[in-house]
Amino acid sequence: MLTSLRRWLDERFGWADLTAPLREKTVPLHNLTYWYFLGGITLFLFAIQVCTGILLLLYYRPSANEAFESVQYIMTRVQFGWLVRSIHSWAANLMIFTAFCHMFSVLFLRSYRQPRELTWVTGVVLLFLAMGFGFSGYLLPWNTLAFFATKVGTEIPGQIPLIGRPVMIFLRGGEEVTGATLTRFFGFHVAVLPGITTLLILAHLALIQRLGMSVPPKVEAQWRANPAQAREMRFFPNFLLRELMAWYIALGALGALAALAPWGLGTKAEPFAPAPAGIRPEWYFLFMFQTLKLIPAKIGPLDGEIVGILIFGLAGFLWLLLPFFERGGRGRSQRWIFGAGVFALAYMASMTVYGYLAK
Amino acid sequence: MGTEAPLKPDSQRRRLVEFFLGGGLLASLASFVYPVLRYLVPPAVAELGGDEVVAGRVGDLKPNSAKIFRFGSRPGILVMTAEGDYRALSATCTHLSCTVQYRNDLHEIWCACHNGLYDLGGRNVSGPPPRPLDLFEVHLRGDDIVISRKREA
Repeated sequence: MLTSLRRWLDERFGWADLTAPLREKTVPLHNLTYWYFLGGITLFLFAIQVCTGILLLLYYRPSANEAFESVQYIMTRVQFGWLVRSIHSWAANLMIFTAFCHMFSVLFLRSYRQPRELTWVTGVVLLFLAMGFGFSGYLLPWNTLAFFATKVGTEIPGQIPLIGRPVMIFLRGGEEVTGATLTRFFGFHVAVLPGITTLLILAHLALIQRLGMSVPPKVEAQWRANPAQAREMRFFPNFLLRELMAWYIALGALGALAALAPWGLGTKAEPFAPAPAGIRPEWYFLFMFQTLKLIPAKIGPLDGEIVGILIFGLAGFLWLLLPFFERGGRGRSQRWIFGAGVFALAYMASMTVYGYLAK
Repeated sequence: MGTEAPLKPDSQRRRLVEFFLGGGLLASLASFVYPVLRYLVPPAVAELGGDEVVAGRVGDLKPNSAKIFRFGSRPGILVMTAEGDYRALSATCTHLSCTVQYRNDLHEIWCACHNGLYDLGGRNVSGPPPRPLDLFEVHLRGDDIVISRKREA
């Protein structure tokens, strides 16, 4: 049955030719091969986000008067609504976590180096987009925490000299965070970001398909010294089946988290109430949040938060261009990049922990 | 076949056509982009309420407590000090615009977002806020507590 369908397709537009690259694709086999799974798991979680997101769209209403109530309705009245929303929230967090792991594994295995610079750039932009998804989606239930997170989060670009204010007004749809902001964020979350993200994922995957999998330099050196050691696995079906197992495990973890620790809703946003004590953003923004909390009010003649925001902006930009700082095969630039990676990881991890422990 | 001489006016003519074609395309592109950019900027909302607002009534607040009131599109905070005086300030934190609250244990105004503290005169005393909170004037008109912006001297 399947064979005849394939033959039918093949006779009409050369199905075998189209899928040939996939059948010829191989994956290098060494003791670090497991790290290759992370990108695929992130992609799988993105697919789950698209599916659960579409389901949530069937009942969600993007207006200040109805948003909170509609999410409440999804969670209490719609059958399995609590599960769908919980999976959407948990998968979002897991996806950002696996994307971070993927990025740091690529960094430390030095897969970003020539000729894969653009794979790194598209990947980092995808991570920023994922954080944009997180930030815009966080507001949609219109609860107190989200309201203030959005107030602070949109105030931050507003601090950038010259372009800050127009950017903030564009994001908020006005001077303040109101129902207009909710409508805009809804548009970003369900139309603008998914469109851009899908294109970039295609580019990211096309680059990987075109360039093949990177072999870590140390393994590569061993293989060059002793070519008999070099081993690889066919992508289809051998690697893909292993990847599917990883997806299955991720799905199991996701289902368990969503069912055993359902995502809460909080209280409806009240624009004229004080920010509640203990307010903090999602964990992936926590290191920036904690830094902003610790920066003094004034650094020289400048406001402390402006300095902090500009430093984070600059650091993010340099991070995006990281592969281009590597000159030649070995040497100083490579050690600098490794050092920057270790520093970034240590800084983000320690500030995140500090953010959780600090009152 | 072609020689140099007849080609020249031809390529000039071609450049002219390209100029008009390119210019026309750019102009039509601009005519698409401009309305879109203007569309993205939200229309200004008229500031409601003006310079004065009734924040509450005498007796609403106990000493050493506070309430948030609406001043135009932004929140203000009305504090009754432990001594029984009224103070009214902007409730928008000067750091990153969270809404502040009164801490009756500290007798100070606190922002929960990034741990900023202000005294009851609005001065930023600790934490990240870079500037003091605006102070408003408080008047009693009958039983109403009326808040107004400070007139610049």
